[in-house]
Amino acid sequence: MTPRVADALAAGHPLAVVTPYTVQPALMDALQVVLLLLVAAGATVVALTRVPVRQTVALSAYGLLLAVLFLAFQAPDVTLSELVVGAVALPILLLLALTRVRRREK
Amino acid sequence: MTPALRRWLFLLGIAGFLAFYLWGLTRLPGFGRYPGPYGFVINRIAVGQTNATGVVSAVNFEYRGFDTVGEEFILFVAATGVATVLRQLRDEQEGGRSQAAFGEAPSGATDAIRLASLVFVGPVALFGWFLASHAQTDPSGGFQGGVVLATAFVLIYLAGQVLAFRRISPADLIDSVGAVGAAGFAAVGLTAVILGFAYLYNFLPLGTVPGAVSSSGTIALISFFVGIEVAAAFILIVGELVEQTLLVRAEGRNS
Amino acid sequence: MSYLPFFVVAWILGVGLYGLVTSRHLVHQIICLIVMQSSTYVLLLGVGYVTGAVAPYFYDIPVHTPAVDPVVQALALTDVVVEAAVTALLLAFAIQAHKRFGTLDPHELVQLKG
Repeated sequence: MTPRVADALAAGHPLAVVTPYTVQPALMDALQVVLLLLVAAGATVVALTRVPVRQTVALSAYGLLLAVLFLAFQAPDVTLSELVVGAVALPILLLLALTRVRRREK
Repeated sequence: MTPALRRWLFLLGIAGFLAFYLWGLTRLPGFGRYPGPYGFVINRIAVGQTNATGVVSAVNFEYRGFDTVGEEFILFVAATGVATVLRQLRDEQEGGRSQAAFGEAPSGATDAIRLASLVFVGPVALFGWFLASHAQTDPSGGFQGGVVLATAFVLIYLAGQVLAFRRISPADLIDSVGAVGAAGFAAVGLTAVILGFAYLYNFLPLGTVPGAVSSSGTIALISFFVGIEVAAAFILIVGELVEQTLLVRAEGRNS
Repeated sequence: MSYLPFFVVAWILGVGLYGLVTSRHLVHQIICLIVMQSSTYVLLLGVGYVTGAVAPYFYDIPVHTPAVDPVVQALALTDVVVEAAVTALLLAFAIQAHKRFGTLDPHELVQLKG
């Protein structure tokens, strides 16, 4: 047992899962920090891509990242929803609408 | 108002807004220091009260079932709105559709895409059904299962079988299946009222083993109705958009 | 350090809104709206997280294991699926606007009358 986990248990905080990366309460796992920063970067990329077709692909990758973040937040149900909707269903709807709109402009 | 001026005004406004937003958020107890009693209480008593081991689905369909009825009807109305807007658009351009556009894959689809899509239709549909029927045991539920089931239909379209897609999802059938799902959820609640309980009270037998597929009473039934309603709504939406793209291709062929 | 999720939420909201305001294409605006909605999912789950706890599914773990808040997960779950249908409605309106006015540029759409 690492010293940090021993501190956490001595502080009376209930720990259900103990890993080598478990830290004291009020800090976060390294995984969650990395995923949060990646999600922030992903959102920036999606919002600043101007061409809608490329933005759809970026949105699909962003949905995947978001799903992994929700899994790190111990929410597997929301992970399933976000994965299916954000990475599959929404890009399908967007690409179909873009096909409808693009042919007319030619 | 030039775009540059608009941009600077926006940055000024968003700075002030985010300052207030972050000031409010940092007065919360902090990430991981969840104080409130409600979550802990639900986790303690949910399995004992409803015989459902998936507490999130129990909260969704039992403890806060009334909110879920509202959300499901939002979904239903949105799908109906899409159908209304796009069908009216389609009726205005009904002339000049050629039959040759059907039966073709979306342009650029190679044989690999077609084969992969065809192979995965069955497993995806089975997986969607599995998700929709196991709401009370695992991380699954009507909402996810319905969307996955709708994705199986979209795979048929991607495989180039547009005629098959239209034949197995005729608009009337999908409309009525969606209506059955939405009405079924409300009807389950009303049945509880007719039997003398409160609306959406869990009146079916709860089963003996927590976490079996047949346990937890109305939660499994409601999840089934929600699953078929969400699947029908998404098939409807995708079907309408596919019809729109077929119209475009027919026009391009005729012009 | 324990407020990092909230800073990320505010950042995602700000970036999405910036993309929305400086956009020249209706579908680009719709996608920026999706990004802004995703910030609320992160906020919901961040509020309900308990350090050291597991997911609230007691199929194979004892019932008294500390678990995260299931109510916010239920809210986020239905939220994700319903907003996809509302986005589809927005796309239908964008298609309608394109058919009526021939353009998807919000700056030009504002100046049209009738």
